[in-house]
Amino acid sequence: MAPPLDSLEVFKTFQQRLAKGRKADHRTIVVSAGACGLASGAQKLIEALQAEMHDEDTAAQVAMRVTGCHGFCELEPSLLVEPEGTFYPRVAVKQVGRLVKAVACGEVVTDLLWTDPDTGKPVARMEDLPFYRKQLRKIMGRNEKIDPVRVESYIENGGYAALVKVVEKGNPDWVVEEVVRSGLRGRGGAGFPTGVKWRLLAKRPGREHKFLVCNADEGDPGAYMDRSILEGNPHCILEGMLIGAYATGATQGILYIRNEYPLAIAHVRTALEQAYEQGLLGNHILGTEFCFDIQIVQGAGAFVCGEETALIRSIEGKMGEPRQRPPFPIQQGIHGEPTCINNVETWANIPLIMLEGAENYAGTGTSGSAGTKVFSLVGKIKNTGLVEVPMGITIREIVYDIGGGAVDGASVKAVQTGGPSGGCIPVSRFDLPIDYDSLAKAGSIMGSGGMIVMDNHTCIVDVAKYFMGFLKDESCGKCYTCRKGTQRMYEILEDITEGRGRKEQLELLEELALVVKDTTMCGLGQTAANPVLSTLRYFREEYLEHIGNGRCPAGVCKALITYSINENCTGCGVCASNCPTEAIAGKRKERHSIDASKCIKCGNCRSACKFNAVEVV
Amino acid sequence: MNGMIHMTLNGLTVSVEAGMTILEAARFFGFPIPTLCHMEGLSPYGACRLCVVEIGEAPRSKLVSSCSYPVEEGLVVRTASARVLRARKMVLELLLASCPQSKVIQDLASEHDIRQQRFRQEHEDCILCGLCVRMCEEQMMAKAIGFRGRGEKRSIGTPFDVHSEECRLCGGCMYVCPACQLRCTYTEPDKAICGGCANISPPCVEKDPYDDMMCYMAPCVACEIKKD
Amino acid sequence: METQVNAEKVLDIVRKHEDGWGGMIAVLTDIQYVFGYLPEEALRIVASATGTSLADIYGVATFYRAFSLHPRGKHHVCVCLGTACHVRGAQMVVEEFERQLNIRPGETTPDGNFSLETVNCLGACALGPIVTMGNAPSTKVCPSDVRRILKAARKPDEEADSLGASVAVALGREMEEVTTI
Repeated sequence: MAPPLDSLEVFKTFQQRLAKGRKADHRTIVVSAGACGLASGAQKLIEALQAEMHDEDTAAQVAMRVTGCHGFCELEPSLLVEPEGTFYPRVAVKQVGRLVKAVACGEVVTDLLWTDPDTGKPVARMEDLPFYRKQLRKIMGRNEKIDPVRVESYIENGGYAALVKVVEKGNPDWVVEEVVRSGLRGRGGAGFPTGVKWRLLAKRPGREHKFLVCNADEGDPGAYMDRSILEGNPHCILEGMLIGAYATGATQGILYIRNEYPLAIAHVRTALEQAYEQGLLGNHILGTEFCFDIQIVQGAGAFVCGEETALIRSIEGKMGEPRQRPPFPIQQGIHGEPTCINNVETWANIPLIMLEGAENYAGTGTSGSAGTKVFSLVGKIKNTGLVEVPMGITIREIVYDIGGGAVDGASVKAVQTGGPSGGCIPVSRFDLPIDYDSLAKAGSIMGSGGMIVMDNHTCIVDVAKYFMGFLKDESCGKCYTCRKGTQRMYEILEDITEGRGRKEQLELLEELALVVKDTTMCGLGQTAANPVLSTLRYFREEYLEHIGNGRCPAGVCKALITYSINENCTGCGVCASNCPTEAIAGKRKERHSIDASKCIKCGNCRSACKFNAVEVV
Repeated sequence: MNGMIHMTLNGLTVSVEAGMTILEAARFFGFPIPTLCHMEGLSPYGACRLCVVEIGEAPRSKLVSSCSYPVEEGLVVRTASARVLRARKMVLELLLASCPQSKVIQDLASEHDIRQQRFRQEHEDCILCGLCVRMCEEQMMAKAIGFRGRGEKRSIGTPFDVHSEECRLCGGCMYVCPACQLRCTYTEPDKAICGGCANISPPCVEKDPYDDMMCYMAPCVACEIKKD
Repeated sequence: METQVNAEKVLDIVRKHEDGWGGMIAVLTDIQYVFGYLPEEALRIVASATGTSLADIYGVATFYRAFSLHPRGKHHVCVCLGTACHVRGAQMVVEEFERQLNIRPGETTPDGNFSLETVNCLGACALGPIVTMGNAPSTKVCPSDVRRILKAARKPDEEADSLGASVAVALGREMEEVTTI
């Protein structure tokens, strides 16, 4: 239990004591137990490890640490052994006994290591895995070291040292200028220079309050980087906000977390309690005159509340309708007070900048986009997970070197970045560097970091329809062009995917998309056209295939495909027993067949067949 | 500081009072800007997007709703650039595609030379402009009706769709509604975009063809009058 | 099947959030947790206790997806329709649930056992398609798994899913922490 940290000296003494207390030859088994890890069975592993390690001899040599996500979600539940950094993927409960014994002796269990599919050789250390080799895990890398529900663990690993440095220096303007010099741009998607925002906020006096908000609404489907940071290292966000408050004179912090992340909310709540107990939040922080409060406000399921002005209205307890700017949130935000809103990952970068120094931070990444970015690499890719890379790395490196390329012999077709506000980038442009400006020029945006990989079995028109369906559901509905525009664009895309598309509709779609983009008031509507416009730009032939030839080349659009059974069929009959419309006929051990007039293309037969006998034509 | 702002309006340098919106400034100088969800005496809302104008200079120019954008020193505004006209036409096409029988919308469409719409025809009675909500809240201080839902499912009505105790049966909501004020009763409403219809009787008097129209008053004053 | 609304409970919740920054959403979230949905009477009590118009409260209650004005089923099936899940075939899974339960998303079966909902991304994208009922997510679900999932839900004493049970323990603990504060 930490003592009350009521002065800078007490803090430093405590931090040094923790550092000394570390046992040099002690081994630690680290369990990746974020929400993904838990969904994959990490809880059972934790219980098995506790059972194996409870005798005194083992406990003297091996410790266990339960942490947030380590990033390689495809291979969870995974374990890491410190200090060597040995990585064990997809660990089963029955392997735990062997593992613990080996770790206690300092040995490696070779047959449980990850094996490189290209060389066939096992790879022991995490940093040698192709998935991790090209990453620069300045933010995510801390997840392995920190137990998120113990503030001592954070302090032991250098936590709150940046805050102490800032408070000791005693110059709030210097902090703002450091952030400007670092070149940090907002990681929520728009990429506005964070330091400039802080400068503007610092100049504005509030009447009663000045707000700092951490936008943890992370609504982009397919993006979960922020969740992983909140679950695995909640204190770094608190530290970032404290530094921000010191720099700008803010009095109240609000952490707006979406309600779909219960584990993240729980961990942040614990972190807040502990920070208040230790005197790191509230009045007289670390015994100084600096005061700052932070409170959690929970979202309630609305993507549009990720937009600044809608978020403010949501915090004010109203419907999340955006409003016209000016006035900007910095001028008039929550209840009319100056408010600065930054994304979770932006806040996570702040302590790093203070400790590293602005010049060093600006040295990574590119000149227009400094630092690293965390992406969620998901979809039709071998190595799904969270990857942190320096800005400027190419899409090709991420998809093939880190991601391992496509699954099941398919070929990668495109990558979608920026969620519903972004666009698809085809394979031909994969040598583009990842930075704010290049992605915008290519017709997409950086967005919050979702990177969805699509292969030749993904229908691009279906993807555009999916995003339009998402947007028309999530639109607040105020602006006529957004509400009706997304609805009408969806109608046209539905016509195309259901075989009723006409060539004139394609022109109408483009015309409408451009007007929606031009006239709608908020970011949701203004970027709603991006999925349509970018897919039309790069994949027009696929649209024309649907319209002109009535074909869906990827085999997805139900009205344009037929299910049939090929010669791989062994006549086992599993497909027929799963068919809801009794469309499959055949005798045992003989090739079955599908009656197209009864087939509703539900996909049950294809997912049930173990012989790859069901085809889509 | 005399509170005057200098800006460029359609190429002219003008001085306007600080605190005005672009719409007010443009109308003051006689430049026409169409509106649908705007009304003197009610706060501006910015829902219909018909009043958009182009501000700034290429390549950073953008469209904003003039009813809710305050004038700024040095602002450059164009109220009828090609980009603005393109936008207005599409907005009107969308309006016709959903609410064709509203005379107000028909008149606006014909003023902008729109003779057809290319989408699937709908017949909605409400364009969600919010005039009724603002009337009820700001002029009548009742707040009996409000917006519900989101996106496609957004609508206006009383909480739980039951008679509201706050409603004083003033009829203000119906008075300000552009969709139900004046309806064209030409025999084929889908095709009628004449702009010259002389029919100005309130729609609820001919209630039968308009079952779903918003009628918050129970009993309705106009219906009562008709009975007599 | 309307719940009896205990006015004192509602007023307690309103009082609890008077000083915080959570606002109306925090009040409604707590009411939904206690009653399982947002009963009309509860919202009327909130309106008179806070001075906020019922129209505004009703607007908030209908705007946010997390709130429900109708009681949900005993098992609330949530299928994730995030992009990663979508490209892995989540739409077919939703349709299979629709077919087997004979309801559309947003509805509850007549016997009150199941309600169906789609969610726009739960943030477990590597494991999609995801289906969760309360706190127990099933991962990498395909249409032929749906029957098994529903069957397991109908038998509450068996472990629905070995993965699910462990998550239920973990998340269940977290959920308690979230709501008792």
